[in-house]
Amino acid sequence: MRFWLPAGILAAWLVMALAAQFLPLTPNAIELPQILASPSATSWLGHDDLGRQIADRLLIGACTSLLVSVWVVGLSLLVGTLFGTSTAYHGGWWDKLAVQLVDIFLAFPGILLAIALAGLLGPGIDNVVIALTTVGWVGYARLSRAQVLSLKHREHVQAAEALGSSRWCIMRRHLLPLMAAPLIVEATFGVAAVVIAEAGLSFLGLGVQPPQASWGAMIRDGSRYMLVAPHMVLAPGVAIFAVVLSINLLGDRLRDKLDTKMTAKTGTPS
Amino acid sequence: MLSYLVQRLAGALLVILGVVSIVFLLVHLIPGDPVEVMLGESASTADRAALRASLGLDQPLAAQFLDYLGRLLHFDLGTSIHQRRAVSELLLERLPATGLLTAASLAVTLLLALPLGILAAVRKDTSWDTGAMGFSMLGASIPNFWLGPLLILVFSLWLGWFPVSGREGAASVVLPALTLGTGLTAVLSRMVRSSMLEVLGEDYIRTARAKGLPGHRIILRHALRNALLPVITLLGLQLGALLAGAVITETVFSWPGIGLLTIEAIQSRDYPLVQACVLMISLVYVAVNLFTDLAYARIDPRIRLGGGR
Repeated sequence: MRFWLPAGILAAWLVMALAAQFLPLTPNAIELPQILASPSATSWLGHDDLGRQIADRLLIGACTSLLVSVWVVGLSLLVGTLFGTSTAYHGGWWDKLAVQLVDIFLAFPGILLAIALAGLLGPGIDNVVIALTTVGWVGYARLSRAQVLSLKHREHVQAAEALGSSRWCIMRRHLLPLMAAPLIVEATFGVAAVVIAEAGLSFLGLGVQPPQASWGAMIRDGSRYMLVAPHMVLAPGVAIFAVVLSINLLGDRLRDKLDTKMTAKTGTPS
Repeated sequence: MLSYLVQRLAGALLVILGVVSIVFLLVHLIPGDPVEVMLGESASTADRAALRASLGLDQPLAAQFLDYLGRLLHFDLGTSIHQRRAVSELLLERLPATGLLTAASLAVTLLLALPLGILAAVRKDTSWDTGAMGFSMLGASIPNFWLGPLLILVFSLWLGWFPVSGREGAASVVLPALTLGTGLTAVLSRMVRSSMLEVLGEDYIRTARAKGLPGHRIILRHALRNALLPVITLLGLQLGALLAGAVITETVFSWPGIGLLTIEAIQSRDYPLVQACVLMISLVYVAVNLFTDLAYARIDPRIRLGGGR
């Protein structure tokens, strides 16, 4: 139960996002007689302020949030890990400069820099990905740097160095496999954070372009009609909440299982 | 202590310089010509040239940056394009509202997180513990921009206890503060729990128990005071999340603070104002972190003697 319910919700999220590509959905079809209609037998989740099917928009929204979170977490993980690993392994002035750079990015609280970037770059999925990756890579860089610093004096790394392995080979074969567990845990929580962040940007009107559906934009539209059509706010909100809660629950289990000491999560400076 | 202080201040100055540089560069990231984006297509050539000159965009980048730094040192944040007023004046006008909201959220957080965390630690592995931590998990997963509308729906529209939005009277701060404080409560109550559990295993707690002190006295005087140190550090770090969350929460409730000003500035393409808002929030965050570190070093000698990080 404690595993299968969140796992099932996440599976449903994936299936919804993938199925949205193939199902004959009409997320932008405007039905004027149905404006703000409550859920009924023919439309499970009712209609929004323009008479569009909320169920269809919810499916497209699942696709948007999955797409953004896969891209942002993937890119952040790649950039952050490469940056953190290479600077920490190299050491010297290059590492000092890297620490300073990471500190500067961390000085912007939370999602603020992403809000400013998305606002200046203009709406659109690609700009959301750019804005959130600009903010997101730093956490992985800091985590992988701390890991490499503790690993690079291990005997097996020294043995590889003595054998004349190349720097790239040592990083890939001898460091990365040992760093994988904490990075995977961090990335799991990262997905939850990105789902909220994407919806947040869309809620502020800085995310996807208007006809395109996003859970955050749906909440934003719905909050204007709360008294007459609360179902407009409830459906996308429950979706975000269920997905994020499931990721957090599974992330906790994963962390206990892999037993990593998450310094990044509690915010202790590395 | 002095060498730690100097070292920490120098580090903070470097970070501040970096933050200022990034905020300065933000305007140069706008695709296309920023002047055209700000004024729209209907603006005359003369207007464009005038704005370009007043923003210094016709100068080389290095000269612009030095000019920007120079003006910042005189607290001159430029003029709002849209409202034609000094940006610093606009910021000062909005500052009290954000200050009030942040303070109220912190109060909500402490009122909820301390009892929840202590309860969960003292009654570890009971249904109290599961309940408190489950509540904290729910709080961590619910986004501000959904919790806000839900609270409005229940407490303003259905029950009519609080105003829907805006800042009118003392009651209007309750819902925004609850919305903003929930996420922090979730993080903090977990921290209080784990920190308390660590302290409750110490020898001096056993001694206090053996002396026959009453339970509440042991928990509040002996355990909590020692458990609070890591909690305070986390609070300082998390204040940033609170400030960034204020942008969304203020938008939900039309709360007239810096966060709402940021969004209004983005929507009206008032870039000097956007820059100033981002800079202001970030610098407050840097300052809070600096003070937390220094206060912590003052309380705990291990940090300043260990040479910091």
